[in-house]
Amino acid sequence: MQALTFQQLTKTYKNGVQALKGIDLAVQEGDFFALLGPNGAGKTTAIGIVTSLVNKSSGKVQVFGHDIDTELAIAKSCIGLVPQEINFNQFETVTTILLNQAGFYGIPRHVASKRLEKYLTALQLWEKRNAVSRTLSGGMKRRLMIARALMHEPRLLILDEPTAGVDIEVRRTMWTFMRDINAAGTTIILTTHYLEEAENLCRHVAIIDKGRIIENDRMSRVLRKLQTEVFVFNLRNPIAAAPVLPGYAVSMPDDHSLEIEVSKEQSLNDIFSQLSASGIEVLSMRNKTNRLEELFMRLVNQKEAAHG
Amino acid sequence: MDKAVESSSLSPSVKEPVLLKTNIVGFNTIVLREFNRIIRIWGQTIVPPAITATLYFVIFGSLIGGRIGDMGGYSYIQYIAPGLIMMSVITNSYGNVVSSFFGAKFGKHIEELLVSPLPGWLIVGGYVMGGITRGLIVGGVVTAITLIFTHLKIYSIGVVISAVLLSSIVFSLAGMINAVFAKNFDQISFIPTFVLTPLTYLGGVFYTIKLLPDWAQGISHANPILYMVNAFRFGFLGVSDVNVGLAYTIMIGAAVVLYVSCVWLLHRGVGTRE
Repeated sequence: MQALTFQQLTKTYKNGVQALKGIDLAVQEGDFFALLGPNGAGKTTAIGIVTSLVNKSSGKVQVFGHDIDTELAIAKSCIGLVPQEINFNQFETVTTILLNQAGFYGIPRHVASKRLEKYLTALQLWEKRNAVSRTLSGGMKRRLMIARALMHEPRLLILDEPTAGVDIEVRRTMWTFMRDINAAGTTIILTTHYLEEAENLCRHVAIIDKGRIIENDRMSRVLRKLQTEVFVFNLRNPIAAAPVLPGYAVSMPDDHSLEIEVSKEQSLNDIFSQLSASGIEVLSMRNKTNRLEELFMRLVNQKEAAHG
Repeated sequence: MDKAVESSSLSPSVKEPVLLKTNIVGFNTIVLREFNRIIRIWGQTIVPPAITATLYFVIFGSLIGGRIGDMGGYSYIQYIAPGLIMMSVITNSYGNVVSSFFGAKFGKHIEELLVSPLPGWLIVGGYVMGGITRGLIVGGVVTAITLIFTHLKIYSIGVVISAVLLSSIVFSLAGMINAVFAKNFDQISFIPTFVLTPLTYLGGVFYTIKLLPDWAQGISHANPILYMVNAFRFGFLGVSDVNVGLAYTIMIGAAVVLYVSCVWLLHRGVGTRE
């Protein structure tokens, strides 16, 4: 079954900005789906339409087969939303926020109290259950929004930049939690600026730019479309100039490192041989950029070039 | 998994009771949240109207009232008491909804309700119930203060209760419309300061309009608060400057029109959705 479908979805704001230009999308039940795009691409507008925070201009949206035009309440009861901006009452306690949220979805108090403990414990917030929410740190506020979105145990969880501004340790904890939620059967749609996050977590990816979907495929297939990767070689001794390696584009960001672009057909052994022959000793090596980030930039740039 | 979530796989005939249960729990949650808010900030919601009412009774009732003499066949303090109670109910019902709903918009936590399966008519109803709750709490406090200063007789308990409830509903809904259109905090204080307060003071709280010249009486009849204050006073004292039946028609009519308007505004997303 499809958890979410868009058919020719458009949105034009009152100021004339066309945020969505007829997008089609299908997210399968149980998937961990990345929706990526630069700022202003239309991601948050699309999410806003699904959650009825934004009125669509035209097109069709279905959540687990329920059309938001005809079965809005049922469709909404299937969705949990973690928005980009903090949007809970900063004067209420953590417990009050979660109990109220459960109540808005018809969950009785005794059920909500058990879930509250389960999710606050899983997200390492149980000690803060009686704290007024404005006193929480940024990372805790993000986790509180995740716990809030899960109180009615939605079948579709939409995470809009859930780890923005969160330190790497907390982010990794959140990744583990999200994987567990997905493994338990919840479909997850994730938008993020940390492309490493999408690459690590998601099985499918759609890239949206200027209101259109420019890529939509399995993550592995999308990444295979990368023809080259840039590797950074850290050198034992400083060098005066970048060596000439036939067949490779080489640059020297500083006297202790080299950046070499390697295509799929080329071999790293060949590079090491040539560097050794030039008397250059390599201490370590790493990818310059996240692969998805590289592809993402290429796709967006190609699209811009195609549109002149 | 809870029924509210499982409902997507249910047949249409089963969905209705599930949604009904969601709506009942959801409505109770909104009302409880509003009640907790009123109690949490009691220093802003309950104390100020109590102090204001006390000052009115001391100054207009005891100090000046004794020199004014009878009005409508009752001592001045008895005559103004129902009006002062009604004034506190009106301003607090309005104030509760306008500040709570606008605060939710400003803090963006109105989105918690907008993304939930609760229908707009129920969200409006929940906020109105919050307004009624504060109106009745403050009205009760002011009534208790009234009893310190004077004796209150009740002519018709049914009229007292129905008039206070209808007035509270009307001004809760009016407060919601103000909050829906407001874009900043100035705009939620504009209507209470420049519209509500003058209409209340000129709505027969402190005097019978029979003291006014004919032209001023005519203008006073265009003031909806005149009908609410007089219907409420009729419930206590059995005297009114207006036809009580007309007062009920106006209150019920205003409540229906404002409720439909609020639901329509929320459905269209005016001030709440993009």
